[in-house]
Amino acid sequence: MAIEIQHLNVYIKENQILKDICLTLPEKQITCIIGPSGCGKSTLLRTINRLIDSTEHVRLEGKVLVDGKDIIGSGHEITELRRKIGLVSQRPCPLPMSIFDNVAYGCRINRMYKKHRQLIYNVQKQLQAVGLWDEVRGRVRTSATRLSIGQQQRLCLARSLAVEPEYILADEATSALDPISSKTIEDLFVSLKSQYSIIMVTHTLHQALRIADNVVFMYLGEVVESGPARQIFEQPQQELTRKYLSGIFS
Amino acid sequence: MDIKRKKQVSEWAVKTVMWISMSIVFLLVFSVIWTIFSKGCKAMSWSMLTKLPTAGTYLGGEGGFPNAIVGSLYIVGASTVLGLLVSIPVVFYLNVYLKTSSKLAYWLRLACDVLFGVPSIVYGAFGFTIMIFFGLRTSLLGGIIVITMLIIPIFIRTMDEATRNFPREILDASYALGATRWETLKVVVRQIAPGIATATLLSIGRAIGDAASVMFTAGYTDSIPTSLSQPAATLPLAVFFQLTSPIPEVVDRAYAAALVLTIIVLILSISGRFITNRFSKNKL
Ligand SMILES: Nc1ncnc2c1ncn2[C@@H]1O[C@H](COP(=O)(O)OP(=O)(O)O)[C@@H](O)[C@H]1O
Ligand SMILES: [Mg+2]
Repeated sequence: MAIEIQHLNVYIKENQILKDICLTLPEKQITCIIGPSGCGKSTLLRTINRLIDSTEHVRLEGKVLVDGKDIIGSGHEITELRRKIGLVSQRPCPLPMSIFDNVAYGCRINRMYKKHRQLIYNVQKQLQAVGLWDEVRGRVRTSATRLSIGQQQRLCLARSLAVEPEYILADEATSALDPISSKTIEDLFVSLKSQYSIIMVTHTLHQALRIADNVVFMYLGEVVESGPARQIFEQPQQELTRKYLSGIFS
Repeated sequence: MDIKRKKQVSEWAVKTVMWISMSIVFLLVFSVIWTIFSKGCKAMSWSMLTKLPTAGTYLGGEGGFPNAIVGSLYIVGASTVLGLLVSIPVVFYLNVYLKTSSKLAYWLRLACDVLFGVPSIVYGAFGFTIMIFFGLRTSLLGGIIVITMLIIPIFIRTMDEATRNFPREILDASYALGATRWETLKVVVRQIAPGIATATLLSIGRAIGDAASVMFTAGYTDSIPTSLSQPAATLPLAVFFQLTSPIPEVVDRAYAAALVLTIIVLILSISGRFITNRFSKNKL
C-alpha cells in the first residue's frame, strides 16, 4: 500500500508551512524529496509519522492516507502508525543504552517476541542487515554512544528495521556523515527498497540522481513538481524545477 | 603614555584583580578545611563515633555523638527517597509532557524558584506550626518531612536544569519506534541519570548540614531513635549545642562532629563531581 497525501495544509501558529500538498508516494520504491532548505521537507516527513504533534501551535488540514486510512485527526492509533513508519534522522541519535538494547528497544515496546532467544536472533539479524554485526559482535552490550557517527547511523537504521516497518522516512540521513559512511547508508537504502517503501529527503541532488525512483521537488511549502526520477531530471515541466536542477549540471 | 602601553597596564591590572580574587577563594577553602580538620582531629577518637552520650558527656565526661550521625543519616536517607519520588515525576512532566511555552510549566518553575529561595528556618517554623496543629512532638518523622520539603525544590531545580538540555531528538527517536510518552520515561531517566545523581548528592549535602530546619522538628536526643515518633539528633545540632559550651572538652566534641559532617559533605560533592565528569566524557 502506498501513502497518499490529499490537500494537506500545515500551519504553525499563523504561518502556513505546507500548502495544499497532493502526492502519492509509491510503495517499494525510493522517493526523494528535494528542495531548498526551509521549504518544508522535514515538516512533511514529520506529518506523515505524526511526530509533528510534539510541535507547538500546529494545525493540520487535509488527508494523509497510509494504507488507505487517514492518519490526520484524532482517533488514530498513533503508536501503531509510528511503528509502521521507520525514521532515520539527520543526526544519528542512539538511545542512551547499549547497542543491543537500542535495537531491542522497539521490539520490547511493541511486545514483538515472547522469548528472549527470538529477540536476540532478531537483533542480530537487523545488525547484519545494516552491516554492523561484524563490527560490533563482541561488544553489543557496550554503550551505543561510543560507536563512530557512521556506525551510529546504521544502528539507527537497524533500530527502525527491528520493529518491522513498511515505510522508512529518512531526513537528510547522510548529511552528517563522511563520504564513505554516506555511501554505505545510500547503498543500504537501495538494497532495502525491495522490502520497504522509502521516502527520503536529500540535501544533495547527486544523491537523488543516483538512487531515486521518484522525485518530489518542493519550494516554499508547495510541491512544484513530482514524478518518476527520470522524467523530472531529464524533462522538468516547470521553470522553477529547471532552475533548481541546473545546479547539478552546470 | 601610548596606546600599547595603556593596554598592557590595563591587562596587567585586570589579571592582578583576578589573581587576588582567586587566591581569596582558595584561601577560604583551605582555611575552612584546615580549621575543621586540625581542631576536629584533635578531639576525634573511635569512641566519638560509637559511644552514646550520657548526662556527664556535656559536662566534659566521656561519650561521643553516634546518635547525631545515625539521626542525620536516617533523616537525610528517608528524605532523599521521598524527595526523589516527588521530584522525578514533576521534572518528567515539565520536560516531556508540557510544551515549552506552557503556562503551567512557567508557574511550576516559578513555584520551585520561590521554594528554593525560602530560608530553611522558615521551613523549620512552618513544620513546627504544622506539628503543633496536629499535636505532634519533635520527632524523626517531623525532621524527615521538613527536610523533604527543603530538598524537593533543590531536586526539581537541579534535575530540571539537567533535563532541559536533553536532546529532543532522543524523544523523537523513541516516539518514532512507537513508544508512548510513558515508555519513553525509561529513556529519559537513563539519559539524565548522571544529572539526577549529581543533583541528589548536592541536595543531600545541603540537607545534611542544615540546622535550622531540624531544630524544632526533629529535636535532639541522646539516644538513637527506634521509631518515627521519637525525636532524633542531627550532626549540625550536635555542633550547634556543644560549640557554645564553656567546657573545652565539649567544644572539642563540637569540632569532631563538624569534622564528620564536613567529611560527609566533601565525599558527597566530590562523588557528585566525579559522576558528572565520568558521564560527560562518555557522551561522545
Ligand atoms: N517548530 C516550528 N515553529 C515555527 N516554524 C517552524 C517550526 N518548524 C519548522 N518551521 C518553519 O517551517 C519551514 C519549513 O521547515 P522545514 O520543514 O524544517 O524545512 P526543510 O526541512 O525543508 O529545511 C521553515 O520556514 C521553518 O522556519
Ligand atoms: Mg530539514
